[in-house]
Amino acid sequence: MFDPITEIGNWFEGVLANLGLSPGSVTIILAVLGVLIVVSFVLIIDIVLVWLERKVVARFQDRLGPNRVGPFGLIQPIADIVKLLIKEDTTPFGADRIIYNLAPILALATVLLIWSVIPFAPTLVGSEINVGILFIVAVGAIGTLAILMAGWASNNKYALLGAFRTVAQVISYEVPMLIALLVPVLLARTMSVQGIVKEQEIWYVFLAPVSALILFLTGIAEIGRTPFDLLEAESEIVAGFHIEYSGMKFGLFYAGELLHALTIGALFSTLFLGGWRGPFVEQVPILGVVYLFFKAFLVYFVIMWIRYSLPRIRIDHMLNLNWKFLTPLALVVLIATAVMDKILINASTRGYAIGMLIVNIVIILLTLVILHTYADTKRERVGELRPTANPDAAISSRDKTPDVSTLV
Amino acid sequence: MTFIQLFFIFIAAATLGAALLVVTTRNLIHAALWLIVSLFGVAVFYVILNAGFLAMVQVVIYIGAIAILMIFAIMLTRKVSKVPKPAFNSNWIWALLIAVVMFGSMTWILNMWPQFEAIPTAIAPSIDPLRLLGVALVSPEAYVLPFELASLLLLAALVGAIVVAWESR
Repeated sequence: MFDPITEIGNWFEGVLANLGLSPGSVTIILAVLGVLIVVSFVLIIDIVLVWLERKVVARFQDRLGPNRVGPFGLIQPIADIVKLLIKEDTTPFGADRIIYNLAPILALATVLLIWSVIPFAPTLVGSEINVGILFIVAVGAIGTLAILMAGWASNNKYALLGAFRTVAQVISYEVPMLIALLVPVLLARTMSVQGIVKEQEIWYVFLAPVSALILFLTGIAEIGRTPFDLLEAESEIVAGFHIEYSGMKFGLFYAGELLHALTIGALFSTLFLGGWRGPFVEQVPILGVVYLFFKAFLVYFVIMWIRYSLPRIRIDHMLNLNWKFLTPLALVVLIATAVMDKILINASTRGYAIGMLIVNIVIILLTLVILHTYADTKRERVGELRPTANPDAAISSRDKTPDVSTLV
Repeated sequence: MTFIQLFFIFIAAATLGAALLVVTTRNLIHAALWLIVSLFGVAVFYVILNAGFLAMVQVVIYIGAIAILMIFAIMLTRKVSKVPKPAFNSNWIWALLIAVVMFGSMTWILNMWPQFEAIPTAIAPSIDPLRLLGVALVSPEAYVLPFELASLLLLAALVGAIVVAWESR
């Protein structure tokens, strides 16, 4: 079994123990080193994301994208970082200084924290805790707080409006997201993220496709990307909560947003696409990192695809989609999964998966029928003749008493 | 003094200090943010006591929902942080009395408890506290009745909120 990272960890632990340090301090040093390595690794990927995002959006918009600095513009992110670092650091008049400066740090830190429970490989996980799923939700709640702090401390009405919209959107979409997250927990019978990956003999996207879709949609809403980018709608509130931030403080928000999209990709892959699972991963655990990031980037690409293809959704539509469609659907799926789980308690792994898939397909068909009926009634209402101002009708009926209803 | 004791004292001091700032800060938003620090300190206590589930629930509910809603309500209130109001009203002497009596009696009761100075021991890996909690909440011998009553109460609150917010036509 080839597992370099665990071996390096064991070797370094031995070195530290030989130096005469107590076991407690060895554990602390190793933990701090582990945190540093994971954070640096994720932040380096973040730099690549800047380049990737700009290149992909350019292809979607029939442009070339960055192509001047380095081959294929690969050094562009470094140039961006240098620019952000040497820009003037402004603080608006009347801003609440401490909260204003704390908000971007908190925004990036909460995204990084999620990576501490995502398993990279069978033997490689930042922190194996038995409430991993709940931990991700809790960290997301603190991320909302960071945006609220940024919006309030900027002393700017657009920033405050952006923050209000964010809270309205993120807190609402947390409800179906939480219910959708319960389905993999139910299937794997554990809240530990590593445990959920280990249970996925068959990827959960086949056992619970509806939950996967709900998690994907609510994930896009959580990161506030198009079509759910009301929190920074340029044509309405300029830039939303980060309007007053300049230089690297804006850079932290930007990096946090990009990384959050990849984090949602990694979370989706971990819960529904088997995480680090793939061929030969039992023999060579380090391959799991490659599989996980391949799947995460695939989901990230779909998020970008949606972002650059769809227009922004209206705020009442955004809330209606959540409360009148996603939340009831998530509840129905959760109850159906729980009932089927009891019915199929003695079934084989394959039979269990087929049963779950059939239930999900039935739910999808029923949802489509209901949506179709709803769309038909809506269309009929739109197609109805409505009284409009018609000059010809008014002239031809001059002899008769004027009909007020035709003029409304 | 072990590391865990030092850690406990540090977190306790931070929690109490933040709680003190909640009631002394004149800026309401700052008070709400200090409240979040204080609630987070309580979550850390749960982690020290090996109750990871309660710690996460504390963060999700108290910080993610209640504190954010409080900040939201404060922000929607007009000029609330600009009008200076006295920090004390005429009832401060009674509040002080009740607080001192409560604190004194709780300290006294806890002091009589034999495990007052005990240090939490690690739970055996074979025991899954989360699973035990889940089973206890739905088993008739344990807490199924209180659990269902709490659910009913929450449902009533939910219906009440809808009725209050209902637009009369």
